[in-house]
Amino acid sequence: MFIGNIYITLKEGVLDPAGKAANNKLRDLGFTNINNIKMGKFIEVELEAESKEEAIRQLEAISEQLLANLVIENYRVEVVEGDK
Amino acid sequence: MKSAVVIFPGSSGENDVFHILNNVLDERVDLVWHKTTNLDDYDLVILPGGSSYGDYIRPGAIARYSPIMKAVEAFAKEGKYILGIGNGWQMLLEMNLLPGAVLKNANLKFICSDTFLKLENNKTLFTNGFKVDEIIRMPIASGFGNYFCDEPTLQELLTNQQIVLRYCTDDGRLTPEANYNGATANIAGIINKEGNILGMMPHPERCSEDILGGTDGLRIFTSIINKLKGVNI
Amino acid sequence: MAGDLTYKDMGLNDEEYSQIIEILGREPNYLELGMFSVMWSEHCGYKSSRPLLKTLPTTGPQVIHGPGENAGVVDIGDGEALVFKIESHNSPSAVEPYEGAATGVGGIIRDIFTMGARPIAVLNSLRLGELKNERVKYLLDGIVAGIAGYGNSLGIPTVGGEVYFNSVYDNNPLVNAMGVGLVNIDEIALAVAGEVGSPLILVGSKTGRDGIHGATFSSEELSDDKADKRPTVQAGDPFMEKLLIEACLELIGENLVAGMQDLGAAGLTSSIAESASKKGRGVRVDVSKVPQRETNMTPYEIMLSESQERMLVVPIEGAADKVIEICNKWDLEAVIIGEVTDDGMFEVCVADEVVGSVPVLALTDDCPLYLREGAEPEYYKQHKAFVEDSLAEKDIAKAFLDLLASPTIASKEWIFSQYDYQVMTNTVIVPGAADAAVLRVKGRNKGIALTTDCNSRMVYLDPYKGAILAVCEAARNLACVGAKPLALTNCLNFGNPEKPNIYWQLQEAIKGIGTASLALDVPVVSGNVSLYNEKEDKPIYPTPTIGMVGILPDIDKRQDMAFKKAQDLIVMLGDFSSALGGSEYLYICHGLETGQVPEVNLGKEANLISLLLQGLADKIFNSCHDISEGGLAICVAESALAGNLGCRINLVANQLRKDALLFSEAPSRVVVSINPENVENLEKLADSLDIKMNIIGEVTGSNISCLVDNEEVIDVTLDKARQVWGEALKCIMA
Repeated sequence: MFIGNIYITLKEGVLDPAGKAANNKLRDLGFTNINNIKMGKFIEVELEAESKEEAIRQLEAISEQLLANLVIENYRVEVVEGDK
Repeated sequence: MKSAVVIFPGSSGENDVFHILNNVLDERVDLVWHKTTNLDDYDLVILPGGSSYGDYIRPGAIARYSPIMKAVEAFAKEGKYILGIGNGWQMLLEMNLLPGAVLKNANLKFICSDTFLKLENNKTLFTNGFKVDEIIRMPIASGFGNYFCDEPTLQELLTNQQIVLRYCTDDGRLTPEANYNGATANIAGIINKEGNILGMMPHPERCSEDILGGTDGLRIFTSIINKLKGVNI
Repeated sequence: MAGDLTYKDMGLNDEEYSQIIEILGREPNYLELGMFSVMWSEHCGYKSSRPLLKTLPTTGPQVIHGPGENAGVVDIGDGEALVFKIESHNSPSAVEPYEGAATGVGGIIRDIFTMGARPIAVLNSLRLGELKNERVKYLLDGIVAGIAGYGNSLGIPTVGGEVYFNSVYDNNPLVNAMGVGLVNIDEIALAVAGEVGSPLILVGSKTGRDGIHGATFSSEELSDDKADKRPTVQAGDPFMEKLLIEACLELIGENLVAGMQDLGAAGLTSSIAESASKKGRGVRVDVSKVPQRETNMTPYEIMLSESQERMLVVPIEGAADKVIEICNKWDLEAVIIGEVTDDGMFEVCVADEVVGSVPVLALTDDCPLYLREGAEPEYYKQHKAFVEDSLAEKDIAKAFLDLLASPTIASKEWIFSQYDYQVMTNTVIVPGAADAAVLRVKGRNKGIALTTDCNSRMVYLDPYKGAILAVCEAARNLACVGAKPLALTNCLNFGNPEKPNIYWQLQEAIKGIGTASLALDVPVVSGNVSLYNEKEDKPIYPTPTIGMVGILPDIDKRQDMAFKKAQDLIVMLGDFSSALGGSEYLYICHGLETGQVPEVNLGKEANLISLLLQGLADKIFNSCHDISEGGLAICVAESALAGNLGCRINLVANQLRKDALLFSEAPSRVVVSINPENVENLEKLADSLDIKMNIIGEVTGSNISCLVDNEEVIDVTLDKARQVWGEALKCIMA
């Protein structure tokens, strides 16, 4: 079994009001060193696969088909835990 | 002419649309379960508003894989007519039957409000009963109503006159204040190049009776019906 | 399966524990102790409030089901009935505002469709602290988003409600949600456990560890040292609830259900016990059959879990398979977890092993009741002794603007624009447009009106009179849109009833509700009690929220608050008053929350309601708006703003203080606008019902102007007033 992580972020140029709101609030709270925040999604996936490469291919496939919308989002996958 | 209004798990606008077509306009219309795979009987398919599958992942992202959607795609290819309202528009975007995507509203809140809209294209099946540049009033109710497309797509939409509705002030100005949810170029509704698929964020079914305070929405439905039935107006 | 809580931790006292031992003839085990503690909590057992609640009038020809069912049911003609109830979700919302408020909506909606009714509307009555407090802002933001997130996703319109702000709610926000459903009278479903041998089917979400002992803890004061004892707050899944609604209504429509009960406070324990007790049945439940979301759950955890979006269905004979099939069609898990028995025992098993066994009726009917002694608090007489003559005169024009900007009075658009109030296309009077929401009933000529009301400052100053005022205001609000009040539901939010002063507030308020409800013929058909709303010994204001429903025989004769036409005359129905006690004016402009609560004459109130209904039926009124927070001046301003038409009011002081004349919140008063031709008709009508009417001005221009004895005291442009009133809440929350 593998555990995969999928990180989904908004593409450059897509408005991120949640990130902006968090950024502004943090500066209000005194974290004046915060320059920018981008909000995204983190998805943890447990999956069966023959190999690590196969697991990565699977994660990419599910990202493209369902979990990310490529019109507005980018995704990045990683496999963090090998076969037990 | 006969319409199908699709019921998805979690959708809620189907009964409102059904009420207008069936009770107000006395047209033939069926509520169709999302596991239906055949739409041969119908001239018009309406994907209603609501929160199909709880809007989980993204609005419309799960509904697009409902069994009925293969038939909807085939229906679209045949050039038959599809109207997506609210969540229904979001499904059409997820299916790439219309270009672009939706984001969370710019103020991060759900917005339920009457809006003024500029009707930019009356040469469509859905809007032939309006005058071009007419200012109309329809309500929106959405958390993800913020339409987004990139610059090349926007240019293409403009070139092909695919922008049908835009948020505006009561006197027709396309200002940022009138752009409730932050949509690209104040876009509230677009049509595909072929002209048979319209997606819109405002809810025409909610302003189709005097008792609800407005009837501009009814003109969307009568435009469709008159054209499909070959009635001259 | 021992846990680490003692019976005291679970909220039981020594006598109650002894009583349990007596009932069982032995020491209870941990599971049994848990079951008793949740069922004998105030939330489920009403042990402090039941003796008082029994005094409320609950019957009338319009009442189909009163208290005792999941919700009240009133007849609205044509074989149709309204099902409605209000319920609190205060303590979860104080901890996690979004999920707390969201699951509050989920819970009240389940109470409605459990009765076989299609939910058609939600209202929310909120009480929050002062908005200068950042935590309060966070709470308001989360609570509103939670209500919106859940209700909007369900596709049920949130059509009304109210919000008050006062520092007594800083740490104890109140979230009271009212659900309303429409049902054909012959399809009403009840929570009964069917025949011996009937299976118990659990439908919906899997069971997790969330909310264990929620019922107990909502019945206790929150104090910081108990923080580690707090249950995890339940999270809502509106999508699951939406599927449950559709599936359950289909089951009832197909006639497959003998009994149905939602799982709310105290989870499986309560819903099974309530169902079985109705027919004196027993039950045997196998917890290993319950679908679980987490691993290694104990029977105790499974029986006490308050995981949301679950229903218990008892099918009619032979219908179990069909029930499961329909649930599966809606992608819902449906599992037989036990059966109805004939021995009156609630038996909990893990497969074949019995792990707990208690008499059903001991849980539901033997809950000890406490007739406590109330004691009139010191403050009561002190406040009553306050004399308004000692008040400094304030600049009226400034006071007017300050009141418009008070969050309690200011526009609530920031809130209601987050709610989908139009879905289902029945909402013909939308939030903010009138004193009550109005919904049509498709295919009928009639309409229904809904409101929630309670001015808790008045209740604090005088619980008896304050509660009467709350009932009167609700009834008046309905009459202002043209609806005859039918029945009410109440949500009694109070502090710790073990304190004599709090118990006195509860006693007096319930007495007041009873008196008013009898006088106005609006019986109490459902309700909920939320006690122990205090933190660090600071109780909230006693807040008996009244939810009321009414019927409009002809929906085309509905009315809202907006002035309609220039030159219309503005008329005040009712008496001028010098009473400033408990007013928003005293609070905002003088920093005082004191005084004598204005007198209310119930006969006069009933006559005023008759006058409004007759006048609206005769189409005399072009607008109707009751005088409440902020008094006459604010009432007129709100009608002007709603209609975007100015007005000029000229009052005669007649020895009254100017500020009292303009800002008194004395009850039984309404401002209407009429066509001058109708003066005589209105005079006749008012005369016949012994209600005073005064023509106080006319709709004109683009300013809100008030004169007293021909001297101008207020003159504000509509634009300025709209900016102050319209932006106040928006700016604070931005």
